[in-house]
Amino acid sequence: MTTSASAPGQTPTPITWTIAARQAPPAVAGGQVGVLALQGDFLEHAIVLKQLGVRTPEVRKAEELEALDGLIIPGGESTTMAILMDTWGLRDAICRRARQGMAVWGSCAGMILIASSLRDDRPKPLGLMNIRVARNAFGRQVDSFEADLQVAPLGGRPFHAVFIRAPLILEVGEGVEILARLEDETPVAARQGKLLATAFHPELTDDFRFHQYFVDIAKGVR
Amino acid sequence: MALGTNGTSTGTWQVKVGLAQMLKGGVIMDVVTAEHAKIAEDAGACAVMALERVPSDIRAAGGVARMSDPDIILRIMDTVTIPVMAKCRIGHFAEARVLEALGVDYIDESEVLTPADEANHVWKHDFKVPFVCGCRELGEAVRRIAEGAAMIRTKGEAGTGNVVEAVRHMRAVNSGVRKVQGMSNEELMAEAKTIGAPLDILLEVKRLGRLPVVNFAAGGLATPSDAALMMHLGCDGVFVGSGIFKSSDPDLRARAIVKAVTHYQDWGIVAEASKGLGEPMPGLDVRTLKPEQLLAVRGW
Repeated sequence: MTTSASAPGQTPTPITWTIAARQAPPAVAGGQVGVLALQGDFLEHAIVLKQLGVRTPEVRKAEELEALDGLIIPGGESTTMAILMDTWGLRDAICRRARQGMAVWGSCAGMILIASSLRDDRPKPLGLMNIRVARNAFGRQVDSFEADLQVAPLGGRPFHAVFIRAPLILEVGEGVEILARLEDETPVAARQGKLLATAFHPELTDDFRFHQYFVDIAKGVR
Repeated sequence: MALGTNGTSTGTWQVKVGLAQMLKGGVIMDVVTAEHAKIAEDAGACAVMALERVPSDIRAAGGVARMSDPDIILRIMDTVTIPVMAKCRIGHFAEARVLEALGVDYIDESEVLTPADEANHVWKHDFKVPFVCGCRELGEAVRRIAEGAAMIRTKGEAGTGNVVEAVRHMRAVNSGVRKVQGMSNEELMAEAKTIGAPLDILLEVKRLGRLPVVNFAAGGLATPSDAALMMHLGCDGVFVGSGIFKSSDPDLRARAIVKAVTHYQDWGIVAEASKGLGEPMPGLDVRTLKPEQLLAVRGW
């Protein structure tokens, strides 16, 4: 074994310890936040969570939801993800776990999927959060954009948000708090208890404040 | 880049690369009619490629293959809500401008069509719409990224139903990335010269240990196992061209390939998805093709 230099009589420290620690950061007490890994940018979310020291299982089957305190439904294609949730029996399982107190964050396609109703007739959303959502609300890909947002619970510094074929929130119901709006007042982020929705993609930037906020919600400290 | 409403900026590198990131873990299917597009969407495709002919029919037809009739592309855009891609000829920036004006979500500057410029590819940074381009090895991938491609795919050998070239190209990219990772910066400058790739992007490849944009497999995939094979070789998702709508049961095969991509790490599911799919598309031995029939050598 390769060891670092050490004074006589001291126990040498294997260099590999440091390397192993960097590859697999220790889990933080308070558990696991999984990422729905059917399709989309689930790895981008997982990388951020790992950097925050949170254990992040990829979820492709219903039984993989059982141990989770929180679940992120990532960006991707909402139609595709809805079909795959039905194919793999995840629709009812996610709803049941959410009722039991599992926190759920939908980013972009995920926000569409956790909504109670959509402007469009498909896909069929999970109906978890008391919001009405319009898909592809800003147009096609050439209309995708970036913008700086003020997000109250994240403190004063603006959050740089990336919107890709993004949805928007048309109406909010009881118990829903709007967290961020575009300059024209369009709501683009909201929270209802342990449910969080963003029309944009915090996982595509190196600002981890939204992920930390969700981890805190999942742990029940915010 | 341009200013949009709400004090925002559109057409940025981040939103171009970002859309490809949303397609990861998915299957992009070639379709030639609105009915095909609907079948693909219902089967779980994450995007469709709108075409007049699938690559195997382009091969059979011969002659000059051009951008599709806008009518076909628009009908497909009206039918599905998932992103719609379309192909322009290599170097044909006017076809690309037409596709951008139609509002397609991604342009594939593709060797499957007859090249319009044998010396130059499109300068893709000038467009608001993002581009995907084919590659055979790391240098080619990095050249396309430098021109503004926000997504890369292997070229494979389209329309053959033979995955061998896609495997060759994916392995070549992987091996190129590993080589770069082991190099010091001064060696990297020498490598940049050797493989004809810009140094700044090679430095990014070294830092990330992968291409700095999403990389899909394409060109010859025909079965769920082909798709799982490519996912294990490290691609982010797959294109299936002729493989679906030239098979005996396109709907069943499309669903099976989607299953195999989602669960590529679970061989039981890939096995289950492979059962009873009927006849795959007829395959071609790439070694029997004449040099002028090879598509992957188009572009550089």
